[in-house]
Amino acid sequence: MKIYRKIGTKLILVIGVTTLIILGIYAYLSISYHSEVMLDEVERHALQLSETVKSSTKYGMLLNQRDHINEIIKTIGSDHQIHAIKIYNKSGEIVYSTNHSEVGVLVDKSQKSCNVCHNENVTLEKISVAERKRIFKTNSDSSRVLGIINPIYNEKSCYTSDCHVHSKESKILGVLDVTFYLNEIDNKIVDNEIRGIIFSIISFIGIAFIVGIFVKRYVDKPVKELVKATEEIGQGNLDYKITELSKDELGKLANSFNKMTQGIKEVRMQLFQSEKMASLGQLAAGVAHEINNPLTGVLTYSSFLLKRTKDNPEMQEDLNVIVRETLRSREIVKGLLDFARQSTPKKSLISINEIIDRAATVVANQLKISGVVLERKFDENLPKLTADANQIQQVFINLFVNGIDASSKKNGKLIVETKLTSLPPKGIVVIKSAMCDKNHSLLDPDFKIEGHPSIKMKIKSGDSSGIIHLDPVYGKQRHSFGLEIDKSKPISLHCPECEISLIDKSGKCPKCGEPLYKFNVANAGHICGCAKFNDDYQKWEHIDLEGPQKFIEIKVADNGSGISSEHLSKIFEPFFSTKGQKGTGLGLSVIWGIIDNHNGTITVESELEKGTAFTIRIPISS
Amino acid sequence: MSDILIVDDEQVIIDSIIKISKMDDFTAIGVTNVQDALKLLEEEKFLIIISDIMMPDLDGFAFLQKLEEKGIRIPVIMTTGYSTVENAVQSLYQGAIGFIPKPFTIDEMESLIHRSIKFAKISRLEAFSTNKIVYVPCPGKYLRLGYNSWVLPEDDGSALIGLTDHLIKTTENTTSIELLNVDEELLQGNVCVKINTDDDLMHSILSPLSGRIIQRNERLLEEPSLIEKDPYFGGWLYRIIPNEFEYETKHLIPCSSDRN
Repeated sequence: MKIYRKIGTKLILVIGVTTLIILGIYAYLSISYHSEVMLDEVERHALQLSETVKSSTKYGMLLNQRDHINEIIKTIGSDHQIHAIKIYNKSGEIVYSTNHSEVGVLVDKSQKSCNVCHNENVTLEKISVAERKRIFKTNSDSSRVLGIINPIYNEKSCYTSDCHVHSKESKILGVLDVTFYLNEIDNKIVDNEIRGIIFSIISFIGIAFIVGIFVKRYVDKPVKELVKATEEIGQGNLDYKITELSKDELGKLANSFNKMTQGIKEVRMQLFQSEKMASLGQLAAGVAHEINNPLTGVLTYSSFLLKRTKDNPEMQEDLNVIVRETLRSREIVKGLLDFARQSTPKKSLISINEIIDRAATVVANQLKISGVVLERKFDENLPKLTADANQIQQVFINLFVNGIDASSKKNGKLIVETKLTSLPPKGIVVIKSAMCDKNHSLLDPDFKIEGHPSIKMKIKSGDSSGIIHLDPVYGKQRHSFGLEIDKSKPISLHCPECEISLIDKSGKCPKCGEPLYKFNVANAGHICGCAKFNDDYQKWEHIDLEGPQKFIEIKVADNGSGISSEHLSKIFEPFFSTKGQKGTGLGLSVIWGIIDNHNGTITVESELEKGTAFTIRIPISS
Repeated sequence: MSDILIVDDEQVIIDSIIKISKMDDFTAIGVTNVQDALKLLEEEKFLIIISDIMMPDLDGFAFLQKLEEKGIRIPVIMTTGYSTVENAVQSLYQGAIGFIPKPFTIDEMESLIHRSIKFAKISRLEAFSTNKIVYVPCPGKYLRLGYNSWVLPEDDGSALIGLTDHLIKTTENTTSIELLNVDEELLQGNVCVKINTDDDLMHSILSPLSGRIIQRNERLLEEPSLIEKDPYFGGWLYRIIPNEFEYETKHLIPCSSDRN
């Protein structure tokens, strides 16, 4: 990447330029302040000197000792900082000057140094110090010069003096003009300016350097890593992971990036899987179509031969084998078609033992290769079940494959056990319909408890209200309240849609005497429960009256590696997989779906290094 | 003129069916695509047509539609190597007289050809006689799977299943009926009953609905001719509990629509 396009370069430039501007402004302000202060100092000094000249020449003036005055002015004026000292009389004639050649010269009153007082031809008598000073250059390339004018006022001693030069009426007798060279402070100001510029440049370089290092370490490197990761993902390497994660936003970005990659990987895997299934279906359909045509030929012609060779028993025998085997091929192709087409569940009366046997045949090869022994403990007197044979077979194939994977490393053993059990409906039956008296459904498919849509109610207590979710398994109490319920206050429960009360006024909780809630179940009566949730009281008369329900219970247990408890709660979630690349994470969620479609339940128990056992219960419909 | 027109993109199928037809002295010719078949139908007359479903260009269903558009009322037997419930039901819904999955045995095809030719002959008779009712019409509340079988949904959720008079007329002189047992499952579009006739043929009839058999008409076993005398009432076959009534009845024809 070109250097000027880099984010680091831009950052350095922005910060550097900003610093430069700020330092520049600061230096400018600071230098002009210092110049002013220095100038003030010089001014004060000049004023003092001017007063000194004035007072030291005063005596000479009174006595009219011109030589003495000239001497004083010359001595003071010999200081190298002093440009000139001049004394003008009232008519503008230079009376004394450090430059003798000027003495006697008449200065034009309109000259710049004069118009402070002789403004618009009006002579001012009192003027401020600021107005009395002036800065000018004697010629264009010389150093600056500061001039201070000091008017000499008429005093009693002046007009009473013996010389009688000045009359009593005049107020100002003349002007003392002292001018100073400013080259020294000008040099200092330039010095200051250069120092300011050097300091700014050094700061700029220093800041740019520090920012550069920071950017390189904390921005450039992680960004480079991100860019590299994006390129890797772009090229299809979904296993690439950003390993070095900082704790700032870029680190968070990298972390999200890793998660996104993981997500893409899962989706791709799922897509791959569904494409595989779809193409398998297409393949099966194609194969079936292609094979059935030649099979028809074989079947027809061999049957014909059979009819024509009725007098040749030996040939009949052989031809019968051909016909029989062709018919068998027909059944195999039909089976393939049935497998490929699993879309609509086709429920029929099936024998669960038979289905498990069929599933076992499918995985027989895998069992042999992995050295896992499958032990069957079947209850031979099981009643038949209304179920989709293909789907149920799929369930057991998946469970067997999982079991084989988990236990293949050590004398693996899979035990599949079937039996008939009857269980009380409490804790087993899932409430799949819940309605208020106005027939609004209370089921909340967006809030599931153990995979089933929960029962939603609006709770009101005093001024506050909220939504609670009840466990959809009859008799179980894994409710989710989401808010603290103050049990000391009266509570009311309502349908979240129409606000109708769900409190049953005709009854009281037999355990604690508090009110009851009540909702209806389509075609199956109603369910009551303690509305204060003090105890586990819940009653569903319709189901209770049916008595214990009969289930076929199938247990598939392995002695494999087991599942850790943190994983155990997630294994039925789609895309959860502990097999990494090998699995899609869909197998057990599909199983869950199939069993749920059959109104059954599947539970799992597992202990690390001891094994895992799945228990499936499918009700036998009366 | 031939009796049978065979439309199938596989020559071996055409040859096989010609051979089966010859057994009963029927003449047959075959074409390998629907366009040729339509051309031939404009020139010649046939008693029945046997058509494949999956063919390049126009498939069997499109062929059925073309026949209907052209007003050609010749009984059609549909056959396919990709036999699914949907294909079977769709074929009968679109007016085919029968559906036979490949590979078929000689006996299966022979019975169906016989049935179809008989149907064709009766249809002709019907066309010529204006005032004679040839078929007993199917009652209003009934639903039928093509010309094969009927369903009568009952108030208690069960359904009665039987065979239409159109079918019975093509399987005359029934000697015995083979019924499935109670508790067995019927599958829509799959064989639900076998009828043996005095010409030594066995006709397999497709079920109009899926469901579990809860009762069967035992009287039919003792008195097979009952089905010919009273196909819509006394001659019912099974009482079943339908599996997916709503879904499956979409491709059944209400008998009330036959009346106009």
